[in-house]
This record gives sequence, C-alpha cells and structure tokens, in this order.
Amino acid sequence: MKRLAIMDAERCVGCQLCMFACSRRLGFAGLDKAALHVKSIGGFERGFTVVVCRACIDAPCLRACPVDALRARAGGGVLLDLSKCIGCRFCERACDIGAVFWDDSTNKPVICVHCGYCVSYCNFRVLGMEMED
Amino acid sequence: MNQSNVLYIDLERKGFYVKNRSELFNEWLGGVGAALQLYKEEAVKGVDPFDPGNAIVFAIGPLTALYPLASKVVAVFKSPLTGNYGESHAGGRSATAIKSAGYEAIVIKGVSDRPIYLVISEKGVQFRDAATLWGMGSTYTVGRVLREALPGAGVRTIMRIGRAGEKFVRYACVVTETYRHFGRMGLGAVFGSKKLKALIVHGKSGIRLPKIKFYRDAYDEIYELAVKSDSMKKYHELGTPMNVLPLNSLGALPTRNLSEAKFEGAESISGEDLAAKKLGRRVACSHCPVACIHLATIREPYPDEPYFYKTTFVSYDYEPMYSMGSMLGIFDVDGLLKLIDEVERGGLDAMSTGVALAWATEAYKKGFVKSNDVLVDIDWGKVDAYRVAVNFIVNQPNDFYKALAMGVDYASKIYGGREFALSFGGNEMPGYHTGPATHIGYLIGSRHSHLDGAGYSIDQKMKDLSPEELVDKLIEEECWRQVLSSLVVCYFARRIYEPSIVKKALNALEYELDEDRLKELGRRIYEEKQALKASQGFKPTELRIPERIFEVPTFHGLLDKNYMKAALEHYSKIFNKIVEKTF
Repeated sequence: MKRLAIMDAERCVGCQLCMFACSRRLGFAGLDKAALHVKSIGGFERGFTVVVCRACIDAPCLRACPVDALRARAGGGVLLDLSKCIGCRFCERACDIGAVFWDDSTNKPVICVHCGYCVSYCNFRVLGMEMED
Repeated sequence: MNQSNVLYIDLERKGFYVKNRSELFNEWLGGVGAALQLYKEEAVKGVDPFDPGNAIVFAIGPLTALYPLASKVVAVFKSPLTGNYGESHAGGRSATAIKSAGYEAIVIKGVSDRPIYLVISEKGVQFRDAATLWGMGSTYTVGRVLREALPGAGVRTIMRIGRAGEKFVRYACVVTETYRHFGRMGLGAVFGSKKLKALIVHGKSGIRLPKIKFYRDAYDEIYELAVKSDSMKKYHELGTPMNVLPLNSLGALPTRNLSEAKFEGAESISGEDLAAKKLGRRVACSHCPVACIHLATIREPYPDEPYFYKTTFVSYDYEPMYSMGSMLGIFDVDGLLKLIDEVERGGLDAMSTGVALAWATEAYKKGFVKSNDVLVDIDWGKVDAYRVAVNFIVNQPNDFYKALAMGVDYASKIYGGREFALSFGGNEMPGYHTGPATHIGYLIGSRHSHLDGAGYSIDQKMKDLSPEELVDKLIEEECWRQVLSSLVVCYFARRIYEPSIVKKALNALEYELDEDRLKELGRRIYEEKQALKASQGFKPTELRIPERIFEVPTFHGLLDKNYMKAALEHYSKIFNKIVEKTF
C-alpha cells in the first residue's frame, strides 16, 4: 500500500491547493475539511511547514482512542469509523506532528486516508506517493 | 445558494453585527459589484476621506475559496489621494480567510478613540488595543508580533499599515501577509485616520456544495488551464518583472521621471537578471498554483564585525522595478532592493512613492525646490539618498515633505514643475509609456490605474484606431474587468476566466447566468462607478494631462494632443450620458 509523503517541503509555495483538494474530495469547498495543513514557518520568506499524516505503523492516535473508532490501515496510518467516535480528542493530542485535524462542525477528527488525491493538485512536487518501507 | 453574510463594524462604538445580504450578492455577484453598493449604502455622501463617515468595504466573490486563482479581495473606499472613488485589490491569504470566517464582505465605519486592531472570526469581532503596535518602525515587525500572538496560522490574513498610514501619507498602503498590498489610492491612510492598525481575519467555516460533480469538473478544467498555459508559466518563472526588457526594447519603460523611455540599466533590473542572481523563494497567494510572488535575497555584511551578515527577503514585481528602478535611474540592483525594502517597512505604495521621488529629483535639479526642501542630496541613481528621502515622506519633517506626502499633483501645485508631475486623475503614473491607449486609460479609468482598461495592452496589439474607437475599447475592457473583480479572480488569470469558463464555473455553483448577462452586469457596474465618481465631484473636463508625456516618443511616435483631446471629449460624452441616466 502506498502512502502520502512529503518529497520536498522546500519546494512548497504555500498555495494550499492540496488542502482545497482534500476538502473537495469529501464534497466540500474551502479548507475546513482538509486532512493536511500548510502554514508559513514564520513569515512567507522562511518557507512552509507541510503537515501530513506519517502513516505510522504503530499509530499513537490509534492507541489513544478509547472506543476503537480507529483501526490500522494496511500500509500504515489509520481508518476512522465515525459512528464509533465520541469526539474526545485523545487522538488529536496523541499526534505529535499535529496531523490529526479537527472538524468543529461535526466534532470529529479529520485524518488522512492516503488516497493521494491532493498529490494530483500539487504543481510543485512537494507531495508524492511512496511505498511503505 | 449559501447565505451572504456581511459583517458591519463600527469603530467608534466598538460594535458589530452580521446581516445576510443574499439579495445584494444575487444582484451584483460580489467583489467590486457588491462592495460598490455597500459603500453607497454606508458612507456619508461627499464625505472627506478621513471623516468617520468614510467607509471601507472589503468584499470577496462567488468563486472565492472555490476555484484556483480566485485569490483576491476588493477594497472600496474614498481615496485621500484623488479625493474621489478609491478601489484597491490584494491577494495573499486575505480572500480565503474572509470566506473561511463566514463573510462575503466586511464594512468598517467610524473612527476609534485610540489605536486598535481587529481580530475577526466566525464568532465576530474583537477590538484590541494597538497602543503597543502604533508607531512601530516596520510593517514586518507588526506582522511578526501579530503572527505569534494570534491563532489561525495558515488560514488567516494579517492586514496592517505602517507608519506612513499612521501619518496620513496619501498613498500609504495596507500590507497583507508581508508581501502583498492593497497598494494604490491610499487605503493605508484611511486605516490610519480610523486609528485602525491591523485587521486579522481567520476562520474554519466549511462550504458544502450541492452539485459536487459539476463543481469538480469545472474545477479541473480551470486547474488544467492554470498550470498548462504559457502566460501563467511566465508569471511563475520570472514573475511580473518579465516585462522590464520587452518594454524597454519597445522604448516604453519610463526612465528618470519619463525624460526618456529607454533605460540603459534595464538589464540589471530585469526579471531575467533578478531570477538568476537574487531570487530566493517563490510563494503563492492562497489557491493560486502559479506562485508569481518573487522574493529576492540581499546578503549584507555588518561593517562592525567580520563574518556577520544579515539576509533580507524583498518582494519584487514589475511595478517597483519601474517606479524606483528606471524612474530613479537606479542600476544597482542591491540598492534598488534595499529601497523597495524601505518602502515596504514604512507601508507606502511603491508606484506613487517612486513617481513622487522622481518628480522631486527633477524639481530639485531644475531649481523648483531647494536643498533645504529636499534635505538630502537626491539625484538619479543615488540609492542611499532616496532611502533617506523615503523616510522623510513618512515622517514629513518640513513643508516640502508634507506636500510630497500628499502626492505629486498637490506638491507640484505648490512648488511648480506641473508639466513633469506625472499623475493622472490625482494618481501617480504606472510604468507604461506605450502609446495613446495607456495614457488615455490612466485618465479615464475609474481608478486611474493601468489595470482599469489595460491600455498598455491595446497599444501593443492595435494601431490606427480612431480616438473614439480607442476609448470604446478601453471601456469595453474595463466593463468586463468588473465581472472579473466581482467574482473575484486575479487579473493575471483573465485569459483563463473567459466568459464561457466563468459561466461554467458559476453554473456548477447554481448561479444561472449566461454570457450576455455577465457582460450586461459588467456594464452596469462600470456605470455605477462613473455615477459614484460624478457624485463625488469628478469631472472629465478637469482632467490634467502632464505635458511631459508629449515630449517623449512612444513606439507609436510622439503623442498627438488633438488625438488625446478628441478621446477625452468622446469619454466626456459617455460619462455625461451615464450620469444623466442615473440621476
């Protein structure tokens, strides 16, 4: 199974088309539903931090979930069962890189499923798909 | 269709409310179309630009946060520079941030009793004390402080003014995300008059779409056009300074206050040279796959300690390369970048500042102003003197700089040198001496900007137009651009957002508008602008043409006064007809 990966964050221009793509995949426009995030390091001149799920094999977010709403995805990362999620935000806190995002309107996490839709809209080859080692 | 929430803010009472104005946005789309109406509703008629009754309206449009290159916000206000209709556009993260906060427009009225800044989100408005930020030497620092103090990294805009805005320099700008600007016509000074230091907008509102498949299809078509077109590629590679060399070889690059139109140093300030030697990073506005923002690096050693350097990033575009490069006769690219940086720190419009300094230099050299006026020995190419002079414009230590801070039209009324004071309708000249269309465009454009009717482009594509045909062409272009500015899309994407594509993009969002209705709407917005200008006292017959433009040949030859006169007469007739119809 492939996973989403950052090929070179230095190439990022901060256009956020990946974030828009992620929301669009789920039937929304705007940035709200994105399961990845782009922000400046501290002023545009210093470049951008691109936060994407690392597809951990032994995912801390999964281990933190008290209700088994997260299960391991083949090839790393997790899959979320919304019907089980109680919105406790433990998964969000467990992710040190901040790749568990929060949807305030549903009070549930937004977590990357490594579908690669965003990659096709990254014009600068910041994002790519790679095989899990 | 979604709600169209307008956020109304009163700085005097420190209060706000939100109102759904779907009817307004259905009629006028959004952007400039809606902002113009909101301005008319909210501003006191005939008000002084610095009066509490002047309003600032920011508006986005139906394509904002939905399609690539719909990355701009339109601001409408009364301009303290021209004393008439003011409009300015900026990108950065501003458009997406306003949409994500759940608003289509923000209206700001009144004057605060003390310096404040506003933090805007879905939850409303916080009015925060800006005493600490007021008077800070650099707009960079203001941005940095706010960036670290406030939430919303990545999904917010940080608009702020510099000391130029605080000190009412009539061409002070509003800086957003450090490197983008509501540059022209003095919005920064209107902020200053309201004691409004900064405006931060952040939010997370989602947008649900009813016809997601149609939307995705329209999106993909626009995206493909955006990343594959040659014109977009050039904006990405060299950025807007790609125009320096072509314009120079045409003899259209205003040089040393347009005493010439060819600059022998053009190579050194060209997009090609800068990209090769100075380019440090390219960045993009939110939702723009083009990334035309070019940041140069300057590496400067400290004189007092070996191996101790500071590295500064400076945003460069065609406009400052012209206004502070060729117009001031500056070859030294590092020096030019430092000068641009100085202007950025102070929060001035780069174009007006360059043209003001160019006029001041010529006026000084010709004896209209004396050394105790200019205070520093300004002369073509002298970067260090110009850097000092920029700060004099901001701080206004004497009557001369007080006058210069009002714009070249005003300063030349006091000191003379009108014939080489390059302003049109009160706005300093943009960087194109391409022929009759560009200059007539500056005169008759609603904002007195090259971007109104794009005369520079008509000059390069057409010849032998009658004055009437030329004016009609300019107006036709300006009308269509009202549609683009109501959607709101970046003008650089105008060849992508052709009428058929606009229709498709809107239809996927359930706006049933055909091409004819779009064009009709553009015409109506144009007419509304002319009527507003008339109500604010604009008279085409009072337009002043600087003598200088007739002295320097264009590639169409020397400009013909009778031709210009005939063009203005034709425009006057059109203007009067519109005004009669509306009143």
